[in-house]
Amino acid sequence: MSSWIELAVLFLILSNFALLGASRVTTLIQVAAGQGILLGLLPLLAHAKQGNLRLIAVALIAGLLKGVIFPVMLGRALREANIRREVEPFVGYSLSLILGVFALACSFWIASRLPATALFLSRKALPAAFSTILTGFFMIVARRKALTQVLGYLVLENGIYLFSISLGQKIPFAVELGVLLDVFVAVFVMGIAMFHINREFDHLDVGQLSALKD
Amino acid sequence: MSVPSLVHMAIAMITAPLIFGIINRTKSLFGGREGPPLLQQYFDIAKLLQKGTVYSRTTSWVFRAGPVIGLACVLIALALLPLGPLPALCSFPGDFIVMIGLLAVMRFFTMLAAIDAGSSFEGMGASREATFSALAEPALFLCFAAISQKAASLSLSDMFLRHSGDATHGSAPAPALLAVALFVVFLAENARIPVDDPNTHLELTMIHEVMALDYGGPDLAFIFYASALKLWILGALVVNVVLSGIESAWAVLAGLFFLAIIVGAVESTMARLKLLRVPQLLIGAGALAMLTLIVAMG
Repeated sequence: MSSWIELAVLFLILSNFALLGASRVTTLIQVAAGQGILLGLLPLLAHAKQGNLRLIAVALIAGLLKGVIFPVMLGRALREANIRREVEPFVGYSLSLILGVFALACSFWIASRLPATALFLSRKALPAAFSTILTGFFMIVARRKALTQVLGYLVLENGIYLFSISLGQKIPFAVELGVLLDVFVAVFVMGIAMFHINREFDHLDVGQLSALKD
Repeated sequence: MSVPSLVHMAIAMITAPLIFGIINRTKSLFGGREGPPLLQQYFDIAKLLQKGTVYSRTTSWVFRAGPVIGLACVLIALALLPLGPLPALCSFPGDFIVMIGLLAVMRFFTMLAAIDAGSSFEGMGASREATFSALAEPALFLCFAAISQKAASLSLSDMFLRHSGDATHGSAPAPALLAVALFVVFLAENARIPVDDPNTHLELTMIHEVMALDYGGPDLAFIFYASALKLWILGALVVNVVLSGIESAWAVLAGLFFLAIIVGAVESTMARLKLLRVPQLLIGAGALAMLTLIVAMG
């Protein structure tokens, strides 16, 4: 069972690289969806023997939201707002990848410095969580479109979710559901906002925000 | 200097050109043609060796030295290479650095000779080769670093033999990532299709072929043979990683031929990448190797 968890964590790290190197917005949405489904599966893999109903419920809800509902919503936003399909990054793909590797190395270093708690998942889950969080931040900062920024926010949330499940069952049910609801509302609102911004200005390029004056 | 490693040297030197035959046969099978005979590369080399050479008056000794130094380097590198259970002819701590260095010297002289010929096309090929190899080489180094970290050894023979000993425990996906990274480096270093098309003779798209444009006769035969041996060396590295733990030399040899079939299939089903995308592919391979290294350390 633990080798399956290792494999899932490794795929998460690989998907981070894919997010940094992909040049199409559609690919980004698909990869983020894959990440969501993997994250939904992880707690199930870790606690398959216990069969805890509460845990399964949270995992299913999280997987459904992150893996199905968000990607569908973002895909719709992409279609309705007529966004160009290229990512158009501020920082190039190759440099992004190199920075991603650097961030991964940093995450492993940070994770090794943390006091050893009773870890639940594999030892690589914690660094993977850090690297996912950093990837999310990086996507928010280094990509031009509002849609990719929403995706970065989602990836960031994926990282935090992985962090929480790798720390164990300490987080109460209500808090986790609350966080998921927050994210749901946020993506919903951002989708609507993007649509409106697009109707008003014909583009979603946040680089132009710096030209604003009052 | 043991008998099995001498046997390995002999097998490599005899069968290396056959790999090209297998690749070309696979490609013609995909294309619905009969294709050249499996031994075509041997015929080509034999024919070229009987011919004379013509040198342009603008060239210097560098141009003549290029193929000879290339072949010499690749032969020494072959002596450092273990294959499956067969140890390398010569093995010492840090020999993988020497191997990468020898391949770099070979490339350096190929590029110098290409520039020496004074043709603008060859200069362009040399500059492309320099750009791409500058990215492929770190990836190769990172692959070796990951393997040596895992095997806790700095010599190639130990790396692959000991690597096979504990391959079963712990992170099973790591060797797969490593194999993918090495495969990309293998394709890039040998000028195979996602990076360079060995069949095209349109100057604007060539990388490796263009650097050999002005050679003929025995020199060209040397270049053909050296590139066959280089393909064998990097291919053997990939096969060593994939088939780690298998004790039979025949299985490893079969793995090499199977790798040739895979290369043929890749070349039949993929197009060459845009030149701008190639660095991204190589950096991706480097990222995979780095990931394996970090996982092996963490």
